[in-house]
Amino acid sequence: MKRLLVLGAGTAGTMIVNKLRRRLGTGEWQITVVDRDDTHYYQPGFLFLPFGAYTPEQVTKSRHTLLPDGVDFVAGDIDRVDAPGNSVTLLDGRTLSYDYLVIASGASPRPEQTPGMLGPQWRRSIFDFYTFDGARALAEALQHFDGGRFVVHITDMPIKCPVAPLEFTFLADAFFHERGMRDRVEMVYVTPLPGAFTQPIASDHLGSMLDERKVAVEADFMVERIDPDTKTLVSYDEREVSFDLLVTVPLNMGADFVARSGLGNELNYVPVDKHTLQSGQYPNIFAVGDASDIPASKAGSVAHFSVEVFVDNFVQRVHGQPMTGSFDGHTNCFIESGHGKGLLIDFNYDTEPLPGKYPLPRVGPFSLLEETRTNHLGKLAFRWMYWNVLLPGRPTPLPAHMSMAGKHTQTEESP
Amino acid sequence: MTVTTIDGHQIHVDAEGFLTDNQEWDDKLATALAAAIGIELTEAHWKAIRFLREDYARQGETATIRRVSTVGGIPIKELFVLFPQKPAKKMAYVAGLPKPHGCV
Repeated sequence: MKRLLVLGAGTAGTMIVNKLRRRLGTGEWQITVVDRDDTHYYQPGFLFLPFGAYTPEQVTKSRHTLLPDGVDFVAGDIDRVDAPGNSVTLLDGRTLSYDYLVIASGASPRPEQTPGMLGPQWRRSIFDFYTFDGARALAEALQHFDGGRFVVHITDMPIKCPVAPLEFTFLADAFFHERGMRDRVEMVYVTPLPGAFTQPIASDHLGSMLDERKVAVEADFMVERIDPDTKTLVSYDEREVSFDLLVTVPLNMGADFVARSGLGNELNYVPVDKHTLQSGQYPNIFAVGDASDIPASKAGSVAHFSVEVFVDNFVQRVHGQPMTGSFDGHTNCFIESGHGKGLLIDFNYDTEPLPGKYPLPRVGPFSLLEETRTNHLGKLAFRWMYWNVLLPGRPTPLPAHMSMAGKHTQTEESP
Repeated sequence: MTVTTIDGHQIHVDAEGFLTDNQEWDDKLATALAAAIGIELTEAHWKAIRFLREDYARQGETATIRRVSTVGGIPIKELFVLFPQKPAKKMAYVAGLPKPHGCV
């Protein structure tokens, strides 16, 4: 009996075991998946929780109910991977050995990494929305916020769902408008990047979205610490941004067991080949989803598209064939822009977001780099897709590789 | 993409002047690029630039300031002194690499 061990029953891990259970004979392969708890969150829904648009029940399910028969679910905290010895030890002392290991333990916000963030103001005037508890606490705070300086802040890249801070800003602007208090709120967007929009073509199309909403941008801001007494963000070059309510995206890092096992980079992400997700150090280890160091967005769509490639490759490999699939970095993200509209972006390692239609040329129904109501409805419909199609590993009509069909390139636009 | 000439080097650059083919880069060009943004390269600057070049060759992505600090061993405060105001962008420019970017 061969053993496949998957660490993490999140988006990537759940899809992988559902797909591979159908592809690997139950008499030949034992599949085990480990996670620390039994709650699977629909993380894209965290964006809507602060504004009361989703209920907590809509974004949570039990992990084990999303796994197929014939997959063992182990609940436990991982101590470390003994890669040379092909085994994983849990904190409770249990040891699980494997022939192949998939690390799918994701990334998480680490507020403790920025001095002052977890101080007396944490969840009083400093909030995050990338956790279930954080998003719910922020919902409560927004109900009682009656104006002042409202700062949205990114600590450093890479972060999960890198468009979410922008979406959050657009939704907050709409929220304050709808409550008739927008003129009492001063909004600031603070980013370590050179601007809120950094891709040339996306900037041309979307660059004015924050200006139009009267959101000031503080760029190239590397936070060194937060002063909880004066409620101020302080940067390494001693700039200061004060706030009445701060919504921050803390530094994101991979799981600590990755570091303990000597398998991670400086942020605990597992270095892998960006096309095959295979570890260069240990050929029987793969890292999929946010846990890897590939230069793609940490996003569910990347997990989804890369899992499609990984699963075919994995089946080839265990049958002694060369892996022929190559992940192209395909990413596809809806961007909520407020007032019932949204945008869509579709890109990969080599192609920046371009305007056009998706998935069908001319037909769409979705429009790339353009605010439409259909894009917003697509984002809402996606929650159903996630629970019922993507996680169970059912086929989708969306090709894993990015397609140029339907995209407008500059040469076509200016003949 | 356009072709421009800096200090006798013919190079391909994007709208902001960043090299689009990092193979066109060499030490002399780095000195000229730095001069173009008012920086005279010292050994401390070179340490950061060499780290960025080597890291890009391995990772296929321009290192973040945090990575230059934790992996390259140069404190973030020092990077802000060496490349004032916008170290990430300025280091990438001088090293002939893509500037750090988000997804939009």
